[in-house]
Amino acid sequence: MKGNSYLSRKIHSLLGVIPLGLFIIEHMITNYSAYEEGAQGFKDSVKFLNDLPLVFFLELFGIWLPLLFHGVYGLYVAYQSNLNTGRFQYGRNWFFTLQRISGVITFIFIFWHLYQTRLQVMLGNVTHEELGNQMHSITTNGFYFVFYVIGIIAATFHFSNGMWAFLVSWGITIGPRAQRISSYIFMGVFVIVALLFLLSLTAFRGDEFKEAASAALQMTNLV
Amino acid sequence: MAETAVATKTVKLVITRQDAPDSAPYTEEFEVPYRANMNVISALMEIQRNPKKVDGQKTAPVCWESNCLEEVCGACSMVINGKPRQACSSLIDQLEQPVRLAPMKTFPVVRDLVINRERMFNALKRVKAWIPIDGTYDLGPGPRMAETKRQWAYELSKCMTCGVCLESCPNVNDRNSFIGPAAISQVRLFNAHPTGEMNKEERLEALMEDGGIEGCGNSQNCVRSCPKGIPLTTSIAAINKDTTKHLFKKWLGM
Ligand code: SF4
Ligand code: FES
Repeated sequence: MKGNSYLSRKIHSLLGVIPLGLFIIEHMITNYSAYEEGAQGFKDSVKFLNDLPLVFFLELFGIWLPLLFHGVYGLYVAYQSNLNTGRFQYGRNWFFTLQRISGVITFIFIFWHLYQTRLQVMLGNVTHEELGNQMHSITTNGFYFVFYVIGIIAATFHFSNGMWAFLVSWGITIGPRAQRISSYIFMGVFVIVALLFLLSLTAFRGDEFKEAASAALQMTNLV
Repeated sequence: MAETAVATKTVKLVITRQDAPDSAPYTEEFEVPYRANMNVISALMEIQRNPKKVDGQKTAPVCWESNCLEEVCGACSMVINGKPRQACSSLIDQLEQPVRLAPMKTFPVVRDLVINRERMFNALKRVKAWIPIDGTYDLGPGPRMAETKRQWAYELSKCMTCGVCLESCPNVNDRNSFIGPAAISQVRLFNAHPTGEMNKEERLEALMEDGGIEGCGNSQNCVRSCPKGIPLTTSIAAINKDTTKHLFKKWLGM
């Protein structure tokens, strides 16, 4: 089965939910600790994650590789579509278009977000304990704050609408009624997940995350 | 004009034309006399009778295809005022003027409004959209189909391979190998038939190869556009379920 786009597309679809969908929920919960429990709570959550057994492999197989495949193949999927919302202004067609646009925005956003946070940790410019401060400096910069708000909305929409499409593509929601109800549910999910992420984003702007801004920031905050 | 005693009503048309498969398209404007209950085909016939553009210049008559004239053959599909549909069931009285006609560009244009829908027939061959009953001896009667099932299957059998669903689909284009909605719905039809069902794996497997069912991106334009009201997205989701099941069965070696 050489070059079988059926299998690649199925893997792309599956990875979007397991592990990436699970990860986005986990990420939301971790970040929310910044809103609910403040700087120390966030530090504890980050520490908890880093204390997980085999954290290196968890990250590699649970985040890095799936993200790379889903992202790169996703760009190819977007390239393969002729967006035609001009001619066919139907609701689902808009969602189809938005799914592709939000995917591309999410790709850029995640790339930059990883560079500013995870990569700086990897390079030794920031420690895990300083991630809160790092986020403080990012979110207090007007340009990055807006960039992050857009990125979060795009990513959470892509996740929620992607869940809807996943249920169709694997033949779980079949009839129009099932698909309609599922679309209501996942739009609800979108609102909740986006809101929780945005709340934590504003929480990072609080003074308690200030402390000493790390040197890495001067490097990553280009604007 | 108020002073004219008998105002002759006319129909204005703007037609996208193309002389040969690979020549550049251009548009021409026409004005034909109005008659009651005209459809797009009779307007085109009017142009054929008197192939003059609105400025009075002679031109080659516009080419189109049509057969049944009652929306069952699918031959006359074209883009009418921006939407793909059948010319024979598009009544002039219900269309905004000027009526804009263009070929369905998703398919290779042969000439003017004539397109080549061969890819759809190839798709039907690829998924084996028929019921194999030929043998070297009399196979006897097949199993009966339940009446309730026959009723919904009949809806799927109304497909006339007109190509409107492919034209409306954002994923049917030359960067994408997607087979298109119509053939997937036909797989559901033939897999629902008690005799056709005996070969259902073959049809599912044809959709689990490059350019199969995975090309569907759920824009759902097809179901909104199909002139026969075929529940295409339900068919696609149902076949998604069957192919998923088949995939796991094969993996587990069942
Ligand atoms: S499914 Fe509908 S739109 Fe598509 S080819 Fe058949 S009749 Fe035409
Ligand atoms: S001529 Fe057959 S569908 Fe229009």
